[in-house]
Amino acid sequence: MRTVTYSQAGLEAVMEEMQKDDKTIHLSTNAPAALTDSFGTSRVRATPIAEGGFTGIALGAAGSGFRPIVNWSMVTFSFVAMDQIVNQVSKIHYMFGGQAKFPITFRTSCGGGGRMAAQHSQNPYSMFMNLAGLKMILPSTPYDLKGLLKSAIREDNPVISFEAGNMYAFEGEIPEEEYTLPLGEAHILREGTDVTVVTLGRMLHDTLPAAEILDKEGVSVEIIDPRTLVPMDVDTIRASVQKTGRLVIVDAAGATAGATAEIATAATEHAETFAAMKAPVKRICAFNVPIPYSPTLEDHVFPDADKILAGIREVLA
Amino acid sequence: MALSAEKQLEMLRTMQTIRRFEERASEDYIGGAIYGVVHCYIGEEAVATGICSALNIDDRIISTHRGHGHCIAKGADLNRMMAELYGRATGYCKGKGGSMHIADFSIGMLGANGIVAGGIPIVTGAGLAAQLEGKGQVAVSFFGDGASNAGPFHESINIASAWKLPMIYVCENNLWSADTEAKGTLALEDIAARAAGYGIPGVIVDGNDVLAVNEVAEAAIARARAGEGPSLIECKTYRQRTHTERKEAIDNRPAEQVAAWMERDPIKLFAADLIEREVMTEEDWKKMEEEIAQEVLDAVKFAEESPFPDPEEALVDVFAE
Ligand SMILES: Cc1ncc(C[n+]2csc(CCOP(=O)(O)OP(=O)(O)O)c2C)c(N)n1
Repeated sequence: MRTVTYSQAGLEAVMEEMQKDDKTIHLSTNAPAALTDSFGTSRVRATPIAEGGFTGIALGAAGSGFRPIVNWSMVTFSFVAMDQIVNQVSKIHYMFGGQAKFPITFRTSCGGGGRMAAQHSQNPYSMFMNLAGLKMILPSTPYDLKGLLKSAIREDNPVISFEAGNMYAFEGEIPEEEYTLPLGEAHILREGTDVTVVTLGRMLHDTLPAAEILDKEGVSVEIIDPRTLVPMDVDTIRASVQKTGRLVIVDAAGATAGATAEIATAATEHAETFAAMKAPVKRICAFNVPIPYSPTLEDHVFPDADKILAGIREVLA
Repeated sequence: MALSAEKQLEMLRTMQTIRRFEERASEDYIGGAIYGVVHCYIGEEAVATGICSALNIDDRIISTHRGHGHCIAKGADLNRMMAELYGRATGYCKGKGGSMHIADFSIGMLGANGIVAGGIPIVTGAGLAAQLEGKGQVAVSFFGDGASNAGPFHESINIASAWKLPMIYVCENNLWSADTEAKGTLALEDIAARAAGYGIPGVIVDGNDVLAVNEVAEAAIARARAGEGPSLIECKTYRQRTHTERKEAIDNRPAEQVAAWMERDPIKLFAADLIEREVMTEEDWKKMEEEIAQEVLDAVKFAEESPFPDPEEALVDVFAE
């Protein structure tokens, strides 16, 4: 094993896949030097600030035999490309009767906590989950990012990688040898018997300490990271809830129509899982507001280890 | 030269105020009292100043992520600006916006904007309002070279031209979009040349010469007030600092390019010109600099003494009451 940052893990995934397949091209407003140095400015394009344009261009290249990787940078900027994403990318394979494949990977950073204010702070993955035709990953560690991103690049469908903007310097271990992680498989980080906590993205790192505290009190917490939002591994979540009887879901996005609502429903609409439940589902989410700038305001909006601990205690009571 | 001595001194004062305000903002960002991200306008002060000094208070402008200069040039209050940067309840946006989102609707400053080109259609809407109101107001869109490659720029200019809206589109061409050189992303070197495609005047001006900027602004504004439609002004300028403030900022622009533009500092050029033309003396300039330094200190004091917003305020203002 060796230690890399989240940022390095992402770069390695892209580098390795670009090495392997010369149909892989890279588009972003700021072309990373590591990529231009290795693959040249023909395959690695610095685009104008025209996200709608280059998202569509990537789609067209994908349908014409290439395998584009688009880095939108902040998810904020992907919204400028929403027409292409919603009207074209998500529907094109289906609408044309499956005639062509559109292997395309979108990387983007999301999250808050950086005092970046409303336009540059958000976790809007559920907006995208609501579209049919897009797969999406939400890696919470360098290991997950590299493994999932490599699978995303190899995938013959559009995949969005929602990366945690404030985690790029975060370090973790990855194997020396090449590996991939399959899309659609949840990761059980901690086995437990009293309560299932499903965490999304970087919330994992605020949930682990809460679980440690509870462990000392004799409460056994199971932590699951779905890792892939679409397709979602509901079987793993249901099996866990059937064992523990309690479900807490932690997300740094607002609760309204969120991924958390989808996960809660996956448990409660399933007869056997519902029958095993000993408490109502508890969601620990951000407040449903645009994210404010000032630290006193922003810190109030997002979940943290204390709020997670309190939320878990609530379902145990 | 039709401008009064008083007006010219006011312009110099505005430019120097922007400079000192931002130098302090940068310092406090590095020091930790200002959060998130700060984009400095230093080096480009002649653009906002040259344009806004030709406007009235009821004319409207919109800004970009690099917004402090436009705010100050339109007449915003330094105290409330600094308090916003400090994340305080007394800030322009009650601490919700920060550096990238300062607005003062009472003086026609419709906001800094974190989305490149995001403001261009919005301020074109202010142009529509001005046309509908029929009182001869105009609206000004400030944006960068990078933004001129985005759809909203083209869509807005086309509409403004077709509808003859009283608009002035001011491109601050500082040759770079973050770390990407504009040259590699522009189809034509001169952004002003694009005006031809929309049937409107497109002029290029030295963006480091405040009087030259003011002169072309006056012409474009007169045209807009007369109901003859929009103009595009391309100001060739340069940001003296890196794209955003950083503790260890890495500037990937060629050192000779940076040095050449530092030589053409818009404030130094204008101050020297005013002294040479005997519009002011060295002493006047020194005194003005001291007054401005004090105003910035006062703004910092105001910010420091202001409270942080109550956490519950985070839930307020999602909707108008
Ligand atoms: C739609 C969108 N894409 C990307 C960004 C990230 N970004 C912020 S500023 C900037 C460069 C803008 O360049 P330009 O318009 O020339 O203005 P300048 O910074 O030079 O003043 C970029 C790419 C953004 N804010 N909005």
